[in-house]
Amino acid sequence: MTNATTTTEHVDHDDHGPAYGLTRWITTTNHKDIGTLYLWFAFIMLLTGGSFAMVIRAELFQPGLQFVEPHFFNQMTTMHGLIMVFGAIMPAFVGLANWMLPLMIGAPDMALPRMNNWSFWILPFAFTMLLSSFFMEGGAPAFGWTFYAPLSTTYAPASTDYFIFGVHLMGISSVMGAINVIATILNMRAPGMTLMKMPLFVWTWLITAYLLIAVMPVLAGAVTMMLTDRHFGTSFFDAAGGGDPVMFQHIFWFFGHPEVYIMILPAFGIISAIVPTFARKPLFGYSSMVYATGSIAILSFMVWAHHMFTTGMPVAGELYFMYATILISIPTGVKVFNWVTTMWRGSMTFETPMLWALGFIVMFTIGGLSGLMLGVAPVDTQYHDTYFVVAHFHYVLVTGALYSIIAAFYYWVPKWTGNMYNETLGKIHFWWSTIAVNVLFFPQHFLGLAGMPRRIPDYALQFAEFNMISSIGGFSFGLAQVFFLFIIIKTIKGGKKATDIVWEGATGLEFEALPSPAPYHSFNTAPEVK
Amino acid sequence: MVFKKLTARWFAAVAGVLSMLLVSVANAAYTLNLTEGVTPISRDLHGLHMIVFWICVAIGSAVFAVMAWSIFFHRKSRGAKASNFHESTKIEIIWTLAPLLILIAVAIPATSTLLDLEDATTDADINLQVTGIQWKWKYRFVDEDVEFISSLAQSSRDVIKDPLGNENYLLEVDEPIVLPINKKIRFLFHSNDVIHAWFVPALAVKQDAIPGFINDSWAIIEEVGTYRGQCAELCGIEHGFMPIVVEAVTQADYEKWLNGKKAEALAVAAAAEEKWSMEDLIAKGEAVYKVNCSGCHGVTGAGIPGVFPAMTGSSVVNGDIADHIDIIVNGKAGTAMAAFKSMLSDVDIAAVVTYERNALGNSVGDMVQPSAITGLR
Repeated sequence: MTNATTTTEHVDHDDHGPAYGLTRWITTTNHKDIGTLYLWFAFIMLLTGGSFAMVIRAELFQPGLQFVEPHFFNQMTTMHGLIMVFGAIMPAFVGLANWMLPLMIGAPDMALPRMNNWSFWILPFAFTMLLSSFFMEGGAPAFGWTFYAPLSTTYAPASTDYFIFGVHLMGISSVMGAINVIATILNMRAPGMTLMKMPLFVWTWLITAYLLIAVMPVLAGAVTMMLTDRHFGTSFFDAAGGGDPVMFQHIFWFFGHPEVYIMILPAFGIISAIVPTFARKPLFGYSSMVYATGSIAILSFMVWAHHMFTTGMPVAGELYFMYATILISIPTGVKVFNWVTTMWRGSMTFETPMLWALGFIVMFTIGGLSGLMLGVAPVDTQYHDTYFVVAHFHYVLVTGALYSIIAAFYYWVPKWTGNMYNETLGKIHFWWSTIAVNVLFFPQHFLGLAGMPRRIPDYALQFAEFNMISSIGGFSFGLAQVFFLFIIIKTIKGGKKATDIVWEGATGLEFEALPSPAPYHSFNTAPEVK
Repeated sequence: MVFKKLTARWFAAVAGVLSMLLVSVANAAYTLNLTEGVTPISRDLHGLHMIVFWICVAIGSAVFAVMAWSIFFHRKSRGAKASNFHESTKIEIIWTLAPLLILIAVAIPATSTLLDLEDATTDADINLQVTGIQWKWKYRFVDEDVEFISSLAQSSRDVIKDPLGNENYLLEVDEPIVLPINKKIRFLFHSNDVIHAWFVPALAVKQDAIPGFINDSWAIIEEVGTYRGQCAELCGIEHGFMPIVVEAVTQADYEKWLNGKKAEALAVAAAAEEKWSMEDLIAKGEAVYKVNCSGCHGVTGAGIPGVFPAMTGSSVVNGDIADHIDIIVNGKAGTAMAAFKSMLSDVDIAAVVTYERNALGNSVGDMVQPSAITGLR
């Protein structure tokens, strides 16, 4: 799609490498360093949130309360959700954006490098604050990652205030990151890189950044109202004081639904980069992909109450939200059709990144189809708040968002480190994870249809079989990600040297105009894109 | 040697897991699909669910078949040469419009079912008020002056560490709600504290019970039987221990049950007039405490530090008895402590106050008669 004319030779008069030691990481304003920091942070959070999931699956391994008390179980489900959404998936995408956006658009760095440093360094403090609540009297927040009032206000432990300030910090970090992305993409593209020539990863991130700026303040508003309800006598969400607990849900999901797309649009960008490379064929329907992403983003603001079909909305509201919701499946379907058509009559090979991308397409489609079922309001009264929902959002977030992040790692790590990962290990990682993740989440569809509510620490006996199977899959999937850590470290330490183009069918500035590994400072002179 | 030992242990563990699987298979049958249920709406929903499900299967199969074809035949190792086509407005329009038609086909039956589902008011025979309370359900027949509270059966609590073999574990209550078949029952949902959701799959009713709101839903149960469900909205520590049991019976049996309930209420009121001995109050109080108080304050009275105060050594319990009674009767504003006057009888309140003061590591030594509570309401 883009043709670079610069050579990979890189002449620079005052080039300087990174500082040494810890200072390098604390004071860095280099987009590659900050990208690395984000990715490592996200990985640590993935293992942290994952270990909470292991506690959950251990307790649910068989009926009865064996390992943890219900109060601690609720802390686990809450923190698992918060950590995975805000600590693992979102920072991982920001990390990829930091690393790749400048390389893809031919910019020397992000537009606002110092703010970039700050947006990252807020996160460790935010999550230390959030995680410290485990050690406080009353324990960590235990009201679910959706923190519905009044369970999260009047009935919440004292540590909730740490959660509130933690969320504020995460929001500030996200908004600054988004501003940086927009400023970079709109101002720092290489000559000739018109908007409609940008790689889709750049496009999806541009749109995601607008979503972030639009909805993170809404979340900040929600938690601030919680704070004043808790301590300053307001009654935003307290019916006894004239407030409205359902309004909390409207505000939360006005943030929460676009948030879902914040976690999946960059994934679409990654898959749209990988599939053409390994099909050796240009992406089918580039412009329709851009328009589909835009439509999804706009629709995402208009469907929030489909999370609330059982709250007693007026029937007209339910009808509207049902129609709007199932409408989203059209642009999403267009994307899947485009990827499949890209493969059609290509010349495909199946290196590890392609395997993860194909896994993404299949399993994200399964998650999307169960999403269509959930969107049908009357039957949602049966699915809502059961394990069917749990299965659905894990198919789109684990085998969707997380799979795309892992695919991106394998796809771009040769460009980051100059080393190829070990292909055999990568393939083992893929097949191991994919079998495990389906053993883990597929039976949860059955559990949900049979009526097992989500967020329960113990269950009736007819749910025993599938919970045990699911737990076995869970432990295996968890272990597979520890194996991933081993692959990551091995790749950073060494391995077969990567060529500059890395993949036979790769296109784009990052492969065509830069050596592997990409130098610490790249594109000091802008490449020209024809 | 060590290795051998470990292997043996590993085999033992695997055998254990397998035998547990077999035991649980013997316990309760698992299901794969949504229940058809026993109401007109539940059957409609099941039908709609199957339509949407098969549409999804068809779409998924078509997409995956094309993908599989490409993966198999258009692979480089088979010598496939890549084409270069990458755009077709015609195709894009087709695969935008075709799904739109499918969606319209889904939306039409979905709309009519939804309108039906939401029509709770037309021709309702029985109005049943359902109140969610942490962590039990209160039922009140609006036109009959009958109300009672239904909570998890003690038989489930007793086996919580090892429930295998206990039929209906976590799905059994002390007092099920009895409803007549072939009558339109209108449920009115509401909550005393946090948000709960009343969910019985066989009746296809799931509706949030929200403080400050009244939501409604309805069911016409067409078959005699026992239908079980659970709270579906996270409502705190005991969210998983808040089951629902509906017993659907004939009209005659329903009326008999209703009369029995009314007689029971009279007996409870009469009991409040009597003079109770301390032993009787403590014995009664222990049962009341287990059902109503132990969820937060702990079975042994230890509470949960930082969330729920301990009963053992509590300044309220060991202080002035009038204050102790007041906090149980009227609750404590701004905290999770509910006003129990709407949930417990005079005897229950007197009993639990007396129990708390003279058990759970406390020994204040005083007591209160049920008749003294009557005047506080």
